[in-house]
Amino acid sequence: MFHWLEKHPFFFAVGIFVTIAFAGLVEILPNFAQASRPVIGTTPYSTLELTGRHVYIKNSCNACHSQLVRPFKSETDRYGHYSLSGEYAYDRPFLWGSKRTGPDLMRVGNYRTTDWHENHMNNPSGVVPGSIMPAYTWMFTNKADVNTAYAEQLTVAQFFSVPYNKPVPMKDGSTKIVKMGASTAEANALALAEAKVIAADMKNQNVKDAVARGEIPEIVALIAYMNSLK
Amino acid sequence: MENRPLEYDYTVAKMFMFTTIALGIVGMLIGVILAFELAFPEINTILGQGLAEYTNYSRLRPLHTDAVIFGFTLSGIWATWYYVGQRVLKVSMAESKFLMFIGKLHFWLYMVGVVAVVASLFLGITTSKEYAEFEWPIDIAIVVVWVLFGVSIFGLIGIRREKSLYISIWYYIATFLGIAMLYLFNNMEIPTMLASNAAGESGIGAWYHSVSMYAGTNDALVEWWYGHNAVAFGFTVPIVAMIYYFLPKESGQAIYSYKLSLLSFWGLMFVYLWAGGHHLLYSTVPDWMQTMGSIFSVILILPSWGSAINMLLTMKGEWQQVAASPLIKFMVLGSTFYMFSTLEGPIQAIKSVNAIAHFTDWIVGHVHDGTLGWVGFMIMAALYHMAPRVFKREIYSKSLMVSQFWIQTLGVVLYFTSMWIAGITQGMMWRAHDEFGNLAYSFIDTVTVLHPYYAIRGVGGLLYLVGFLMFAYNIYKTMSARPVEESELQNASPMGA
Repeated sequence: MFHWLEKHPFFFAVGIFVTIAFAGLVEILPNFAQASRPVIGTTPYSTLELTGRHVYIKNSCNACHSQLVRPFKSETDRYGHYSLSGEYAYDRPFLWGSKRTGPDLMRVGNYRTTDWHENHMNNPSGVVPGSIMPAYTWMFTNKADVNTAYAEQLTVAQFFSVPYNKPVPMKDGSTKIVKMGASTAEANALALAEAKVIAADMKNQNVKDAVARGEIPEIVALIAYMNSLK
Repeated sequence: MENRPLEYDYTVAKMFMFTTIALGIVGMLIGVILAFELAFPEINTILGQGLAEYTNYSRLRPLHTDAVIFGFTLSGIWATWYYVGQRVLKVSMAESKFLMFIGKLHFWLYMVGVVAVVASLFLGITTSKEYAEFEWPIDIAIVVVWVLFGVSIFGLIGIRREKSLYISIWYYIATFLGIAMLYLFNNMEIPTMLASNAAGESGIGAWYHSVSMYAGTNDALVEWWYGHNAVAFGFTVPIVAMIYYFLPKESGQAIYSYKLSLLSFWGLMFVYLWAGGHHLLYSTVPDWMQTMGSIFSVILILPSWGSAINMLLTMKGEWQQVAASPLIKFMVLGSTFYMFSTLEGPIQAIKSVNAIAHFTDWIVGHVHDGTLGWVGFMIMAALYHMAPRVFKREIYSKSLMVSQFWIQTLGVVLYFTSMWIAGITQGMMWRAHDEFGNLAYSFIDTVTVLHPYYAIRGVGGLLYLVGFLMFAYNIYKTMSARPVEESELQNASPMGA
């Protein structure tokens, strides 16, 4: 059989393809629908949070920080409850990472504040002596791209039925609505309103001034995202 | 048929040889910079505060991985394909204007892709998925380049004189099919410019931005099904294709066992794809998938070692060549590193070991003993073998090759030993508890302790880069020397002249 295959390239190629495609089908398909269901209390990202998530991705924060708490005592002691599949239901792409050069950030919003992030992103080793993380000073001046995040919100609402402007069940039995703008102008206004809350807790005068002018520096969006990680 | 040897046409092979070397230097240089940034963080701002955004670790990291994978390795694969393909199929590229055109188009479109990738990653335009960072316009370009590669493979096969496909061809076909399938499914994404809102606006935001078709756990599963097997079909399969051709050619020995190559080829095809789950142990992926990933990773030792042992036994009775020929040195040590890293990988895939190893530098060490020791050595050996035949000149300096071999070997050894110690140290410190059940170390303790190992790793990487520059110099001097050889070198081959 093998000698015959080696003289018939077409059937040889088909043979290879079937052999390699098999594993993917068996592993990925059966669980597909179940794994994408959100757990109660998981909400879609707000416009500013999603903008911050883009800043996180733009700077490849995931190259050094994981967002996956494994079910070990040492990890739950350090980072909080281990991760559940449904908590990632609105994560496109997933940001689990593969290397912890720095600590896990899955629940960083539970134990770090706006003030802490502001100081830390500006000068990491000033906050954590011995830190090898570089400073991300340009985030204090670069303007965040709210429009792209808004376009992404529209896309996921349209194609994947992500529940924007709809009540989402919370753990305490109440519901919460995450708003998405009906127009680009409204989306920017929503993001700015969120940004003002963050900027109020910050000390950097340039950032405060920018937000007062209606601009959103990347650092503000990033902190909004960090604070949403719980 | 005329009774004289075919004149093969190496135009396209030559082009890809140049990019192999150029992108190899770029990728490895960035790697060395990254290594030293971890040891000495001041290097993050080496070009000043103003350019720090483009020189800091996180922005450069995807550039390093993509430059060595899609730059150095892919170029090497293609350089050898456009050389080996003609020779084992017994047909010259010069015989088909169409295939020659496809080959050149393949190269130039690839160049366009390389420029686009470098620019976009510097600007931070990335999907964040490892080894699949490119946004949809580049993805489409890559698919076109890949299809051209496929046309070249099957086109050349279509006009072949040798009816039976040599083992290397099996592996090249598998590379093409495997990567095609994985890349397409992993990069399923929807461009956000397609969305519109109630106000009638569309095309909002950055035109190149897209959102993944999969969310959360599914996205992770598809990504590591891709990520792990991109290693399989980029770093293993085509490199095995190379060694099956170049080792017998260079040593004059026939492949030790045809049956062993059958077993290892089909075994590798069947088993490899299952193993992706070992990247997701203790994650939110269902337990049975994790267990499958773990078990199949261990089974994977069989086909991997099958190929490697087949190579080493090909040298049976001819071991004096290892001492005599620097080229054989590269290939034999390459096979040995292949055995070593395909044993190390399955060990790391065992759940209890993975609990310590995952997220640490031990994984980084594992990747690099495979890529530096196996992929890098094999591609350089292939180019060293090709250079005299392509440029019709003797290799410039054999003693330079020998020094390069030892410098790079030392580099690889420093690299993986330091990363072993770093990884296991950090993994153990993360989980250490004191007598009262509290965590023994804060996270920063587990970072500062790594400093010496990061420095040693940087030195190891630097040595490897120095060796690579020696390789580049040697090839440059070879091709710019006066031609000395009138006819092709006549070594034994898998299929006659």
